[in-house]
Amino acid sequence: MSRPAHRRPEYHKINKDLFVLTYGALVAQLCKDYEKDEDVNKYLDKMGYGIGTRLVEDFLARSCVRRCHSYSEITDIIAQVAFKMYLGITPSVTCNNPSRTEFSLILDKNPLVEFVEELPAGRSSLCYCNLLCGIIRGALEMVHLAADVTFLQDTLKGDRVTEIGITFLKKLDEKKYRRKK
Amino acid sequence: MADEALFLLLHNEMVSGLYKSAEQGEVENGRCITKLENMGFRVGQGLIERFTKDTARFKDELDIMKFICKDFWTTVFKKQIDNLRTNHQGIYVLQDNKFRLLTQMSAGKQYLEHASKYLAFTCGLIRGGLSNLGIKSIVTAEVSSMPACKFQVMIQKL
Repeated sequence: MSRPAHRRPEYHKINKDLFVLTYGALVAQLCKDYEKDEDVNKYLDKMGYGIGTRLVEDFLARSCVRRCHSYSEITDIIAQVAFKMYLGITPSVTCNNPSRTEFSLILDKNPLVEFVEELPAGRSSLCYCNLLCGIIRGALEMVHLAADVTFLQDTLKGDRVTEIGITFLKKLDEKKYRRKK
Repeated sequence: MADEALFLLLHNEMVSGLYKSAEQGEVENGRCITKLENMGFRVGQGLIERFTKDTARFKDELDIMKFICKDFWTTVFKKQIDNLRTNHQGIYVLQDNKFRLLTQMSAGKQYLEHASKYLAFTCGLIRGGLSNLGIKSIVTAEVSSMPACKFQVMIQKL
């Protein structure tokens, strides 16, 4: 099929809406199936992990990024290339500790919650976007980097911005230079 | 912008996740398909609302089906429906020869028994879209050889 020459701008938006709406329907269904918020959060994280392990291949194939030499480079690429490519936003990156293994991605605008007004009653500890944490964790693990990814701030819980914290667990150099004694 | 890949992966994870958490048996299988279809229904309702915000009013049922086959399918699956057939009495068959959600799975008869799981969401999508355009329907899908599939829409006269 040939693509139409003039793409109406709405087409891109509808495509994004498809993903956002599907995600919303999924979370709604999970809330119906599971009583506890922790179960829903865990389930979303597991799903995100499965998606992340496959998404990273798609990402690497499309983006042609060069090999990274530090955790901050990796976090920058996640924020500026990956998030831009898949969600159309560019979160800002801050470093949280002097040894440069803990970073935060700050999202002013979270496209996943575009249609969400507020968390349902009785679901106050639900991490609505936990899928994102799982995706990042799964993707990093596929490139041999262990990391802990959690939500530090969430607009749905009253915070001003959404903040995702990434803590890298093993030092990159250790694998290259240290040898088992 | 949100890539097709993201939706595809999310959809596949949804299907496998739902089935993993369900037990074995015919009843559970049916329940999973119903859940997927209901999710698709809700998404279809929302999508069609945003999509037809600025379009002109539809003349009749056939016009609506043509819209689903052309504009709606193109936006969601990046291609049009290849063939639309009707008996002019409320039954429409939409044929897609290269259904986006099945192309990565197989090209022939392999995994045919699993195809229905991956079509349930889209059946709901069509049903939801039609529902918000004022048409009550029942949508089923059949696959004889991947990745081609047929969606059958039965309009329910109120």
